[in-house]
Amino acid sequence: MPIIWLRVALGFYAVGLLHALLVLTRQTSWLARIALPAMTLGVIFHFVSLAESVQQSGQLTLLSLHNSESLLALLIMAAFVIVYLVYRTTSPGIVVFPLVFVLTFAAASGQQPFLLNSPALRKGWLLAHIILIFAGYAALLISFGASLLYLIQERSLKSKQPASILLRLPALEVIDQIGYRSLLLGFPFMTLGLVAGTIVAQAYFGRIDYLDPKILLSVLMWTVYLIMLYTRWSAGWRGRRAAYLATGAFVTAVVAWAANYFSTIHGIVQS
Amino acid sequence: MNFQLLGINHKTAPVEVRERLAIPEARLAEALRRIAAHPGVEEALILSTCNRVEFLARTRNGSADLHGFIRDYFRIDPAELVPHLYEHRGRDAIRHLFRVAASLDSMVVGEPQILGQVKGAYATARAVGAVHSQLDLLLTRAFAVAKKVRADTGVGSSSVSIASVAVDLAKKIFGSLQGKQVYLVGAGKMSELAARHLLAHGAGSIFVANRTYERATQLAAKFGAEVIHFDQLYDTCDRADIVITSTGAPCAIFKREHGELFLSRRKNRPMFFIDIAVPRDVDSEMNKLDGIFVYDIDDLQQAVSSHIAGREKEADRAEAIISAEVEKFHVRLQTLDVVPTIVSLQDHLENIRQAEIDHVRGRLGHLSPEQDAAIETLTRGIVNKIMHTPITTLKTAARESEATTVIEVIRRIFNLRGEDAGRRDGWKTERSHAQIASNESGELETEIKADIGAKS
Repeated sequence: MPIIWLRVALGFYAVGLLHALLVLTRQTSWLARIALPAMTLGVIFHFVSLAESVQQSGQLTLLSLHNSESLLALLIMAAFVIVYLVYRTTSPGIVVFPLVFVLTFAAASGQQPFLLNSPALRKGWLLAHIILIFAGYAALLISFGASLLYLIQERSLKSKQPASILLRLPALEVIDQIGYRSLLLGFPFMTLGLVAGTIVAQAYFGRIDYLDPKILLSVLMWTVYLIMLYTRWSAGWRGRRAAYLATGAFVTAVVAWAANYFSTIHGIVQS
Repeated sequence: MNFQLLGINHKTAPVEVRERLAIPEARLAEALRRIAAHPGVEEALILSTCNRVEFLARTRNGSADLHGFIRDYFRIDPAELVPHLYEHRGRDAIRHLFRVAASLDSMVVGEPQILGQVKGAYATARAVGAVHSQLDLLLTRAFAVAKKVRADTGVGSSSVSIASVAVDLAKKIFGSLQGKQVYLVGAGKMSELAARHLLAHGAGSIFVANRTYERATQLAAKFGAEVIHFDQLYDTCDRADIVITSTGAPCAIFKREHGELFLSRRKNRPMFFIDIAVPRDVDSEMNKLDGIFVYDIDDLQQAVSSHIAGREKEADRAEAIISAEVEKFHVRLQTLDVVPTIVSLQDHLENIRQAEIDHVRGRLGHLSPEQDAAIETLTRGIVNKIMHTPITTLKTAARESEATTVIEVIRRIFNLRGEDAGRRDGWKTERSHAQIASNESGELETEIKADIGAKS
């Protein structure tokens, strides 16, 4: 039973994820009204699921990594709810909702891996994974390039050298918009790409080794990506600070890419 | 080539003198009618801007008393003005007009408004009928030359005044100024000008804060701006994307901590401070903050002067273009002088031919179509042979200074009647504007050839 409750919880968390993505792209989201109740319901089912699994095993086992992911997700949500009750702010949700979704997804799929029996289905998921991740990489690359251009343009404006006034770069805000929009656009691709990757890996291996460098780096990259979006969205970070973050995310992405060479997971690609 | 230009500008006269000759727009049409009716004047244009007043005329016989017009119209003794006035004739007048239209004679070389002003003057003069033939041709050409100078040289390629440099910089930061908020701190003339420029480029609402509230209200009324009490300055300033400061405060009113406060309230969206106050209103530390750009008066001045330095080189190239264009136009006008004579010559000989054929046909009785055709060919051949030399001579002469003499001689030899004045203008007005504006003298030649072909 715990796995069913966990999947119900995951369903509710998906609403939160969608809401977070919508809020990032525009000021208001039509999910705003139901996101918070949905997440609350998610927490309840999540709690039931965990409690039941504890009851079944007779102890709070963290032996299984998947249970600990589930617990971590629950604790993060609990912290979010407390913050909300004290400060009446949902803005951390931008970060919390996707994070909780991904953790719970990993936990749920880990407890009962996806079984893609038909080869065509496996191929389909693999293709989806590749396309989505590549779209995410492309967006990240554009955003990285834009933040470098931003720094150049900012420096030229600050230097006040007359020659630099004639420099033919796009306006600062235009560069900024390009970078931010591609970042926004890339995030859903990256997230869904990772989800698809998880499914594929499980289908091939039956389980996922979360300590595999490829997986670790991908998760790290996704987290940096999320932080970038959040700092930009909440504090309007741009210029130098945004460029550092974009460089960080980009470097992680490149390393995660290079990790193919010393990871076993991506062996399937060659096979 | 009977162009004559009398004028006064910012180089020859102070504003006290210029304003005595200035003609407000409302009275321009009437002034144009007066000058067009002045003895000896065929066509006229009046250009009156804050930097210059010029009277350009095409005269009947090379000279009109434009001083007399000034005396009559303004009731000023021209003798008082003589040290300030300049007068150009013929080619020099053409050159002067080209230079003015191309903004080479402007106080700020390359500023774009002057061309619009000349076009405005032209439109009024045409509407009144003061410009209708050769002057029309000259002005249309002047606009084309101005356009060419602008396109082929750097003159006018970038903005000049401090206000427009400020606009350029703002665009570098914000891209479009659409909907950007402008905050005026202090209500000086300069900041008003800068605000006007920003508004003209699409900036949205404006706020005004000034130590004396009345002054702020007065300025705000001009833009429909929102007035803000000076003590609320720091609480409201983060609303502005562009801040123009020009207070008389003895020390900086915007310090680093204010900048940090604004940035955090604005979620780090960039801010542009234009500080035109001396001593400065914005602490130079502010420019070190990410997302805040501070330009003080010296920075702006430097940007302006670098533009101007580049312009002088470009101005030389522009002058070369203008000299070439003056030459071309000169040649073209002379060719124009020759055309009516060619046309009358053709008409004249054709009339003779027709008359002779009619005369002889009665005596010959019935003729077969072949015989008819033979007579046609024969007579046409004779006429064309006769015409050939005078026409080539005219066309060659058109390029040289002896054109008028040659025209005179041919008219006398063939006894072409003195219908020239009317005909010449008629010749021009019959043709479409596009044709007149066609620019090269080569094209004109083909035009003439087509003319001749149609007649023969």
